[in-house]
This record gives sequence, C-alpha cells and structure tokens, in this order.
Amino acid sequence: MIKIWSMKKNEDAAAKKRPKTSAAQIRVQKDLTELDLPSTMKTTFSDPADLLNFSLTISPDEGMYKGGAFVFSFVINNNYPHEPPKVKCMQRIYHPNVDLEGNVCLNILREDWKPVLNLNSVMVGLQYLFLEPNADDPLNKEAAEELRKNRDQFLYNVKASMRGGSIKGVQYDRVSLQ
Amino acid sequence: MATTTISNGAAIAQDWPGRYYHVDQVLDRPGPRTDESFLAGEGVKDFLRNKCKILVIGAGGLGCEILANLALSGFKDIHVIDMDTIDISNLNRQFLFRPKDVGKPKATVAAAFIMSRVPGVKVTPYYGKIQDKDDDYYLQFNLVICGLDSVEARRWINATLVNLVDPENPESLKPLIDGGTEGFKGQARVILPTISSCYECSLDMLNKPTAFPICTIANTPRLPEHCIEWASVLEWPRVHGDKKLDTDDPEHIGWLYKIASARAQEFKIEGVTWSLTQGVVKNIIPAIASTNAIIAASCCNEAFKIATSSAAYLNNYFMLIGTDGVYSFTFEHEKRADCPVCGGEAVDMTISKELTVDKFIETLIERQDIQIKKPSLSSGSKHIYFQAPQQLEEATRPNLEKTVSELVDDGGEITVTASSLPFSLSLRIHYS
Ligand SMILES: [Zn+2]
Repeated sequence: MIKIWSMKKNEDAAAKKRPKTSAAQIRVQKDLTELDLPSTMKTTFSDPADLLNFSLTISPDEGMYKGGAFVFSFVINNNYPHEPPKVKCMQRIYHPNVDLEGNVCLNILREDWKPVLNLNSVMVGLQYLFLEPNADDPLNKEAAEELRKNRDQFLYNVKASMRGGSIKGVQYDRVSLQ
Repeated sequence: MATTTISNGAAIAQDWPGRYYHVDQVLDRPGPRTDESFLAGEGVKDFLRNKCKILVIGAGGLGCEILANLALSGFKDIHVIDMDTIDISNLNRQFLFRPKDVGKPKATVAAAFIMSRVPGVKVTPYYGKIQDKDDDYYLQFNLVICGLDSVEARRWINATLVNLVDPENPESLKPLIDGGTEGFKGQARVILPTISSCYECSLDMLNKPTAFPICTIANTPRLPEHCIEWASVLEWPRVHGDKKLDTDDPEHIGWLYKIASARAQEFKIEGVTWSLTQGVVKNIIPAIASTNAIIAASCCNEAFKIATSSAAYLNNYFMLIGTDGVYSFTFEHEKRADCPVCGGEAVDMTISKELTVDKFIETLIERQDIQIKKPSLSSGSKHIYFQAPQQLEEATRPNLEKTVSELVDDGGEITVTASSLPFSLSLRIHYS
C-alpha cells in the first residue's frame, strides 16, 4: 500500500476531525446568517431549530404590488447547493409569473440555478418579480395577457385580487396589509 | 496445489501455478515509474492477496465491471454495498445478473456470482444504504472505490472519508477512487482525503440535471420531455397535494406517463414513452456498457497501483469523452480553500469551563489568527448563536448567557460561519 501519510503536510497534522454537520447544513447556516435583505423581506421559521424549512414574506414598498404581503415557502434538501431550494407561493395570487398552485417562474430556481448562487439571490429574484412582473414568461396566462394589452386594467385587477376579489371567475387570496 | 473449502463444501483449486502470471510481471520487479516504497516480490503479493480489504460502493453498471476486474487482478477480500434490486432493464450491461435474478438485491447476487466464478475470492455483500454504516465500518478498509450514479451519495461518502482522517492515526486515511459515467462521457479520479482535492471541491464543475423553464413546460411544450415535466412538476402536486412522488413506484410512473401522453397528444408531440417518462423523472442518462467498462478499468487500475505501489497513480482526474471519437484527458484538480468539506481551517481551543458564549464570541473576534466579524456558531445540529435572521438571533440569544461547556462537550466541535470566512471554520473545544 502506498505511503500516503508522509505526504500530509506538517500544518495539516494539526488539523482535527471536523464536526458531523453536512456540507448542506453548514452552507444553509452560512446563507441564512449572512442574508442581506431589505426591510421589505422577512423570513419566518415555524421551528427555529429547522433551517431547511421556512417561509419568506415579501411586502413590496413600490410598484404595482405595493401594499401586499406575499408569502413563499422554502424547502431545502440535503443536496443543496447542488440542487436549488424548492420555492412556492403560499397564497393564490394574481401574477403573470405565478400560477394558481403557487409555482413560480424564476429562471434561477430551475434552469439557471448554480451552486455559487445562494438564498439571498433567490430572495432578491423573487422580490424583483413583484417590481417587474414579466408578461413574456407567463404561468398565469390571463394575467400576462392583461399586462401586455392593458396595463391599467392589469393594475386594477392586481389591486382587486389583493383585496381578495375574483377575476374572470377565479377567487384570489386577500394579501393586502390594510 | 493449494485448495480451499468454501461454504458449499466443495473443495476448489485456488492459486494454481501460473494463476497470476501476468499480474506478477508487474509485482516481481520494480519498473522505471515504481514508487520508492515498492517492495517487489512476495511482500506485495501477500498484501494484495491476503491482507488488502477493499470496499466497492455500487453494484450497478460500473460496480459489476469493478467487481470483476478487482477479483481477476488478485484482490481477494472485497466488500460491496448497494441499496438497489435488479431491474430487467439492467440486464443488457450489468453482466453479473441473469433474468432469474430480477427483483433480488444487486449486492448479494453480484457477490455470489463473483465467488462462484473466481475461486478463492471472498465478496461480502451489504444490501442497504451507505448511510447505514458508521465510521468503524469504513475504517476496516484499505481502499474505497465508488461506482455510483447519485451526486448525493457521492457527497456523503466523500465527506465521511474526509471526516474519518484522524491526525493521530495514519490508517484512518482511506484513498477514494471515484468513477462516474454519463452516456459516452466518463471520469475516474483519485481522492486522497484531506490531501488532494475532494469530490465537494469540484461540485460546481458537474453537469447539472437538465431543467426546462417552468413557463415553457406550462405554455409552449415542444419536446416529449416538456410534457413529462409538466406531468411531474405541475400536475402531480396539483392533483395529489402533499403526497410525494416516488420515482421507484411503477404506479406513480404510470400515472405520469398517462398524463404526459395526453398532453403530448394535445400539442401534437411525439415520443412520450414509459421508459422516457421514467428516465426524465429519475434523471437517468442512458448508460453505455463500453463507457462503464473503460471507467471501471481505469478505477481498478488505480486501485491496483495504490494497493501495490507498483506504479505512479493518477494525479488526480481522468476524463473520457467518447461522443466524437475517443478523447481523454488528465489533469490535477486543485483543492479549494473554501471547500465546505476539506477546506477551511480546524483550530483547537482550550477555554475555561466558566466562559460564556457571549465572552467566547468576543475572544474569537479578538483573535488575530482567525479574523472574523459577526460569527454564527453551531455544534452538530444545535444552534449556539446566529447573528441573523432576526427570528433566529432572538431564538439563540438566551444562549449568550450560558457557558460554552453547557452546550458543547469536552472535545466537541463548533462550526463557525461568517461573511469574512471563505466558508466555515471548525473549532475543537477543550476545557481547562
Ligand atoms: Zn474539498
């Protein structure tokens, strides 16, 4: 058997065994404790001992969704950051990039995810969807259509939906802070 | 002629004259590239054939090849772990299995086949997960070879072997040889835990699983894969709520297949089949027998060289691209200072039993050799103190008043993260 031990550098000899915390766990600790979020975003942990399941509330202070509080669930698995976190909107909202089941169309949550991205990037990306809803990547086609054709009507629908109104037969959740 | 009795009571010949004639050409005399520690002759042959214990993880496409190669090159104490059972679709390349074996555990069948075919080789199977085994289990081996198709399992075994390294015990360092294939592409690498670049160091080099934009799946499907993803990503949770999709359950795959086919018909897309459905949801890349054979051969070649010191081993990454011709390339993947598994520092600290967490954090910040601001601390799954987010800071704040010794045992570990650290810092705490 090859003598590998002698290749260990002297300074390595001082290295001690590492804790039995998985790389995913440490990475989530690092991501969460170094979050740099504006006051419009807040995380909530239903069990503070569990870092892998939590929610994020976004309360935009500008744009068409101003005045609402939008809640997303985050589920992180042990293959993070090889795999992205799973994110869903917990409310039924009227938004071109969010469907009625809460699926979100955000490129870095799927096809453009990379391990160098982190939870902060995802959260900032989500907030951006409320500032700049995008009619080109629709998940709610009615909403996207309205945004493209008639911005005033779209804004009216957003406000109505946020108060818990229904649009084209679909009842939305009340998300208004007032 | 030496004989041995195996469990079925039949006496069979082993190590007949000339059995290892070709292998012995390499072991009986040094060559220009042999390691200086190489001892030609009986010593090395005795180690390889009577003392060396090797673990093979995975008994699938790569594993079958690896087991056969090891047994034929003279390894005689082989262990194999695999959690899967044999599927009929495995039979085209996993040549240790026969139609009668379908449904049986891969590890058990592969072990029995090798033992019946190669006299004198003992293969010990374990049908289960690598995570079932503890450090003592992994410590018994001289070498580990991985032929896995899962990133998660590889990350686990890599981290386990890096953690196993105990500076006081040279035997705790287990070379890891990792093979992987994807269609016509493959790689083999040698990982010397804590010494050379580890699996986690190169995680961002991996091809990520293909994912299609969710809006394409929802609105403008063009490929059969889009229809299958529509069924699994959007329709499954909509219809089944919180019920988890089990990609090993034929009923679940059948449901997805039905939904995806209807979707494909609606959009006039051809090519949704049962096996494509299974392939997409399990993220299976077609396995090519010849790629497995090349990569397994490379892994076993490295295992042989490391076990015998008979030639220089791979430093440290071999890449095969067989898509256009046969191209291969070797390079040294560098260890990453910010690797969450093998990078970062480990520091011993001796502190008073009376020291509070609050004062301990102050000490850390003041230490010139560490240079951290705003550290967050945990020990195993226990959160000691988190700087943020607010709710976690509040939940861990009461710990600031406690003594470190209330939360961490003597010799216990604290993981420190901070934005000023490349990744994390590991502290081993002793009390004075
Ligand atoms: Zn590493």
